[in-house]
Amino acid sequence: MIAMKILVPVKRVIDPYVKIRLSVNNNAIETEQVKMAMNPFDEIALEEAVRLKERGVATEIIVVSIGVTRCQETLRQALALGADRGILIESEQNFAPLAIAKLLHAVAQKQTVQLVLMGKQAIDDDCNQTGQMLAALLNWPQVTFVSQLSIANGTLTAERECDIGTQTLCCDLPAVVTADLCLNTPRFAKLPDIMRAKNKPLEVLTAESFALDLSSAMTQACIELTTMQRCSQMVQNVAELVDKLRADQLI
Amino acid sequence: MKKILVVAAGDAKHMQKNIRCTLTAAKQLGREIDLLLVGSSAKPWAEKMACFSGVTRVLVNPHACYDSLAENISQLVASLACDYEFIVAPANNISKDFLPRVAAQINVNQISDVVRIIDAHTFVRPIYAGNALATVVTKDPIKLLTIRFSAFAESSADSDPVPIVILDQIFADNRVRVLQQTASDVTRPTLNNARVVVSGGRALQSAAQFEQIIFPLAEKLNAAVGASRVAVDAKYVANECQVGQTGKVVAPELYFAIGISGAPQHLAGIKDSKVIVAINQDPDAPIVSSADYALIGDLFELVPELTKQLEKESKK
Repeated sequence: MIAMKILVPVKRVIDPYVKIRLSVNNNAIETEQVKMAMNPFDEIALEEAVRLKERGVATEIIVVSIGVTRCQETLRQALALGADRGILIESEQNFAPLAIAKLLHAVAQKQTVQLVLMGKQAIDDDCNQTGQMLAALLNWPQVTFVSQLSIANGTLTAERECDIGTQTLCCDLPAVVTADLCLNTPRFAKLPDIMRAKNKPLEVLTAESFALDLSSAMTQACIELTTMQRCSQMVQNVAELVDKLRADQLI
Repeated sequence: MKKILVVAAGDAKHMQKNIRCTLTAAKQLGREIDLLLVGSSAKPWAEKMACFSGVTRVLVNPHACYDSLAENISQLVASLACDYEFIVAPANNISKDFLPRVAAQINVNQISDVVRIIDAHTFVRPIYAGNALATVVTKDPIKLLTIRFSAFAESSADSDPVPIVILDQIFADNRVRVLQQTASDVTRPTLNNARVVVSGGRALQSAAQFEQIIFPLAEKLNAAVGASRVAVDAKYVANECQVGQTGKVVAPELYFAIGISGAPQHLAGIKDSKVIVAINQDPDAPIVSSADYALIGDLFELVPELTKQLEKESKK
């Protein structure tokens, strides 16, 4: 079998079931003392990579995370779920997607991977940019928002949702693939896997060691929380609802 | 002064509303606007779109290599970028695919899902599934924006026609190919432009019941059918029906949430709806406090009754 390495970037984000709140100085979302988790889209991308390895298509899965020291926990979780080794690019900075893409570009080249499988977006900043930017920097083709994936003979075939329906694409490797929610249902790590993950290799680098221009012309000026609350009038029966909607000229 | 490039990629026929909302946003930036149409569906629509308010020139590159592939569209857009201060596109799937690729090619940031334009450097966008709004300031020489079109009104389409320029550059990457494209049901309004949306959730319990309960009401109201993530995951309906921050963001005049509890990511996708109606068994479900009208009870009785009542009235 030809060696095929997959790189899976994983982001540490606030757990999707935690209610967010503002930090003390009101210009960021509080992440101290808050339950954190692996970005759900990245979990799906990782699961797909693990399945490709189980099917004998991939030979090695490398997970990479960029952020604070505690991202090691996210990487250990990824290792427990089936990744072979991890890389942490440590930084206190909150990088924009373009800077993340530049770092991932360097990692993908150094590790000579043939496929980058990643979530289509992170559930904190909801940018949906990094995979596409990385593909551009690598000058690789990209297949985004993928809901079904198969790989044979150096070519991948993927299904994805487009604006008017669905699309089936085929694409030569190397490539960047971004995962949509319905690609798969990720597994849970079993206790023996969690134990084994502690002994898997985890390399720690610093963002500075890459000697890249990671500065950004973009800054976040302020943040406000939104409310979903509405007046919530209770109607007693169908007839009353129809009356209300007619009064509002909606039907 | 440098201009704005608004990029309209994808099937032109389905894109009209998105583009008009995007133009409303672009006009707020106060520069001349070139509207770029790409792909084989572009040409027949160019004349119509040359009358869209705010546009000063329409550029058309009708080559089929720009029908959907981000590799090709991004190369074309990047090749034109240096003439512009802003590159703006609707936040639909095709733009989400190609615009970040342009950003990396010209080494600038992108600001996704803009819902408000404060000035030519300052933009507001939702983060955390719409639970927060971030105000972002950018000093990039070329600013790339995708526009959450539901947050902007449609610009009018009856201005005097502006010049149409045909472009002929071809950037065709043969490493990626479209094998098949299946259009979804076009007899119904789509989630993006329907006046009414009828959505069902977990409480529908099965695909058969979803079809039996949700579809007749949608039919009656000429509404688009939507669903919660749980309903889509359970395969009650196709994935493309998913409404929410991670699915489709909708802004109809009337939104029915039937048997949907109201997870934050679903609420984030419907919050720009004018009126939200919740039909739910549980009076404490989050959807109830996020609705304008709530009807509490068994959806399997209430929804068919509602459909019947509407049918009866339309016959009068």
